[in-house]
Amino acid sequence: MVNFILMRSLIQEGRYMALKEVVLEWRQLSAFSGILLYLISTVFVCYLSFERVITVNTWNSLFWIILLFASLNAVLKSFIQERQGRLLYLYTISSAEAVISAKMIYNAVLMGLLSIIGLAIFIAFMGNPIANMGLFLLNMLLGVAGFSSVMSMVSALASKATNNFTLMGVLSFPLVLPLLLVLMRVSSAAISGSSISDQAGNILVLLLITGITFVLSNVLFPYIWRE
Amino acid sequence: MFGINYFWLKVAGTMLLLYVVVAGFLMEVPELPVIRQSIRNIYFHVGMWFAMMFIMMVSLVYSIRYLRYFRLDDDLRAVTAVKTGLVFGSLGIVTGMIWAHNTWGQFWVNDPKLNGAAVGMLTYFAYMLLRVSVEGEDRRARLAAVYNVFAFVLFFVFIMILPRMAESSIHPGIGGNPALSAGDLDPSMRIVFFPAIAAWFIMAWWLFSVYYRINRLADNLKELEENELV
Repeated sequence: MVNFILMRSLIQEGRYMALKEVVLEWRQLSAFSGILLYLISTVFVCYLSFERVITVNTWNSLFWIILLFASLNAVLKSFIQERQGRLLYLYTISSAEAVISAKMIYNAVLMGLLSIIGLAIFIAFMGNPIANMGLFLLNMLLGVAGFSSVMSMVSALASKATNNFTLMGVLSFPLVLPLLLVLMRVSSAAISGSSISDQAGNILVLLLITGITFVLSNVLFPYIWRE
Repeated sequence: MFGINYFWLKVAGTMLLLYVVVAGFLMEVPELPVIRQSIRNIYFHVGMWFAMMFIMMVSLVYSIRYLRYFRLDDDLRAVTAVKTGLVFGSLGIVTGMIWAHNTWGQFWVNDPKLNGAAVGMLTYFAYMLLRVSVEGEDRRARLAAVYNVFAFVLFFVFIMILPRMAESSIHPGIGGNPALSAGDLDPSMRIVFFPAIAAWFIMAWWLFSVYYRINRLADNLKELEENELV
């Protein structure tokens, strides 16, 4: 019973934290517009430099590389660019688990939105080879959720170190590489028109990796958080 | 834990490794197409990778212990284990690349197992980079331990799941390619292969313990110098 109440208060706390992130973001729209502009410019650069040589495989790889770097930039903000005073305030009012869960969920939602807009821009410039749009979207949303959960945790680590921008990339790329390989495989299958049930195994692996990251971060984050 | 009591283990390890080097190069091996005499590399390449995995697990245990008791000594052991593991990992990659060049014609091929190896090495180099960019002993120890646990679990998931999902692999051990399960290895090779694995494990542990003692002494010396006692 006590556990149940604790659990409920934790979920509630996490919800308020996530809500707080959304409200703050909504007031400024700085991260959102920043990443959006980043996406547009990158896509345009790719459009200009890959115009003649684009094949379906290049399309797929380019799309994922752009999403990977966009996620990196979006998630960087969650701890590294957060003001020290605000972190201290959060520390006094809430539990570590609520903070990291809220950051992960918020980042996943933000990146989900941005990736959908990004896909639209990408298709507008580079053409649309996708045969099974449903599978592609599902895979993409799961993918950015996975990216944001791994990167939120790494961003918390990197925020405590010097030269944290470099560190963020170096620490997170080996960890998201497995995810990226599965994502690219599923999305190239979606492009050639395979069905969701064909890719059920891969989708399960994506869910598994994201789930493990989520649990692991909840266990480990308190060690980073308290100082 | 690292006292003189392990003397006979070290003697055994040395003798085993000597035996492996001599017998590995001189004994009869089955004549197979393509791989031919390079099959002898199995005693070295595979043993080194196993030793690396073993020593990385040692490091994981010490990282978890650090997060439990917050003793800097455990952190020193964890980082020493990672450094030792990186030595064995690099040796494993080099021997693997030579082998790949002889049998597959290229130093590196795009294959789940090889990708896993590369990701693992990158992860641990990132771990070392994280350590040098954090200031303050306790903070460094804590962040490094957290990353070690986080990275190890994800890496483990990667090398356990992904290769099994791949349709095919050129590297033995997956996709119907024979490897180390009971019947695959010729009996004449087993009498060298199993001692080789044991020898590399003992070597890795020995190297790790010596390296740990060197690091601990260096730390003590630094502390004395800081307090101007020497």
